[in-house]
Amino acid sequence: MQIKDAVGEALETIRTQKLKSFFSLIGVLIGVTFLIAVVSIVQGMNVYMEDKFANKLVGLNTFQLRRVPNFNMGNISEETWREWMRRPRINYAEANYLQAKMATPAIYSRYCSENLPVSWNGKTAKGVDIWTADAPIFQIKNLDLDGGRVFTPQEARLGEAVAVVGWDLSDKLFKGADPLGKNIAIEGIPYRVVGKVAKQGSLFGISLDKFVIVPFDAPVHRVACNLGFMDELHIKTADVASMQVALGEVEELMRIQRRLKPGQENNFAMQTAEGALEGWKKISAILFTALPGLVAISLVVGGIVIMNIMLMAVAERTREIGIRKALGAKRRDILAQFIVESATLSTVGAAIGILAGIGLAFVVRATTPLPAAIAPWSVGLGVFLGVAVGMTAGVYPATRAAKLDPIEALRQE
Amino acid sequence: MSDLVIHLRDLSRAYVMGAETVQALRGVTLEIRRNEYVAIMGPSGSGKSTLMNLIGCLDTPTGGEYWLNGQEVSRMADDALARVRNREIGFVFQTFNLLPRATARQNVELPLVYGGISARQRRQRAEAALQRVGLGDRMDHRPNELSGGQRQRVAIARALVNNPAILLADEPTGNLDSATSEEIMRVFATLHAQGQTVIMVTHEADIAAHAARIVVLRDGRIASDLPNRSGAAA
Repeated sequence: MQIKDAVGEALETIRTQKLKSFFSLIGVLIGVTFLIAVVSIVQGMNVYMEDKFANKLVGLNTFQLRRVPNFNMGNISEETWREWMRRPRINYAEANYLQAKMATPAIYSRYCSENLPVSWNGKTAKGVDIWTADAPIFQIKNLDLDGGRVFTPQEARLGEAVAVVGWDLSDKLFKGADPLGKNIAIEGIPYRVVGKVAKQGSLFGISLDKFVIVPFDAPVHRVACNLGFMDELHIKTADVASMQVALGEVEELMRIQRRLKPGQENNFAMQTAEGALEGWKKISAILFTALPGLVAISLVVGGIVIMNIMLMAVAERTREIGIRKALGAKRRDILAQFIVESATLSTVGAAIGILAGIGLAFVVRATTPLPAAIAPWSVGLGVFLGVAVGMTAGVYPATRAAKLDPIEALRQE
Repeated sequence: MSDLVIHLRDLSRAYVMGAETVQALRGVTLEIRRNEYVAIMGPSGSGKSTLMNLIGCLDTPTGGEYWLNGQEVSRMADDALARVRNREIGFVFQTFNLLPRATARQNVELPLVYGGISARQRRQRAEAALQRVGLGDRMDHRPNELSGGQRQRVAIARALVNNPAILLADEPTGNLDSATSEEIMRVFATLHAQGQTVIMVTHEADIAAHAARIVVLRDGRIASDLPNRSGAAA
């Protein structure tokens, strides 16, 4: 008995009994759909988080010295929170000391941010991120200008009221008009727009372009920062390797300045892109742990359904089995025929499930801010599971068929 | 004796039914030579079905010996018997027993599939066998598109496709009208004339009359074994 014939037989059964076949395949179909869709979304999220979230929001080769970590996805205990709130903020002296003592070449920018309305010509944009920072922030955050210029060293030193605006804000306030040279008002003080940042896009549907960058010592500094302190010190090195070195140096220099004893915990935090991804990694790890269980449940149910369908097929085709045996089919021929048939059924279910899973992933991508990327290995796994479930489910019915007595089987109506 | 195709020596078959043992066959000794045309007759319960199943290697005896084409098949295991059925025996059944979803050609190819013959050769040999029974123009028809006589001819083509030692027919005309029965008997006569060994189990005297030798069973024993002058010449 050749496999091709058995596969053909199975496909013929599916063709002639569409509805029954569909119901018999639904378990495997749902299991594989679920597998593909979840893996696609998680994979897509991974790519997205690494590419956009980590690199855009935090930056490559970049880290921030902060009072407390800023990306927390886990639960924080009351105790930890209190400890964080007792920590001293990062002050100018510490920042200056670091810049003076660091051996690794790096660029630095002090940074504070505040969410404030910005207005121009009677129009107001609410909830704009106002960043007060030093000029290197553009380089650190990879912000390319779409027109105009960044702050001059003089403007930065004097804390002049000049601003570089984000793309969305510019679009919203100026309605396509050139923002350069216009005066926008922040907290009642006019700022002259000297530059415009190229479009950054969005993350989970939230715009990354709704911001205004002003010199660190600009007037709004009084609102955004406590005097003499900063929210973050941004540090960027040449590459990932030197960033690792710089992280060590910063930690050491900070511990020296803050006179921390060995064994005492750091009372500051260093946020890297890697660190920002930690929360996400936890979530995706949980998803990947839960996924096999969920997929396994539907596959077991699907396998039982297929086993029942195959038992029915064996009962219905008892006479056919008798004929085949009379014509010289050996036990293993009959065994192989029904196992291959069962595997084919199940694989067809898996194939439909793969298509449905890919479809579902695309629907999710089209209708939500969640991204999706099809993982080739999940498709391979889907096919493998289809074959494996079908073969396993087919063993018992096929054994029953193979054991049938040809005389009895031929007598069956 | 090289032309001895079937040699049964004191063959018996008992069935255990609960506490009772039923002797369906009580010691049958029979020799059938190459190119004989034998009809096995008997009333129901005489053991002719049991004998046919034993000759067809679908069943194994509980006593005695069965030699088919020089091999002792009475002691063979399942898979060996399957191989013998495939190579040495061509079955023709009362109810045709064609696979309903397969075409005539696919039905005829089936024994070759289990014989491990390549797809191209299978096709050639199946087509040749169908032509031999006069169905060269019906190869792609399914059984439900064929008449009873045509179905039985497909079954005969399937029985012949592996060049078996014996053609074993079980009431081959039981489901056919008399005109079609005659047509099938003519096919058998032609095959016999071409050298085929034919064994036919029937309870109809006019069908048995086509054979050259008639064996009558009664109560699990051979009651008579006589040449039939009116039948086909041997």
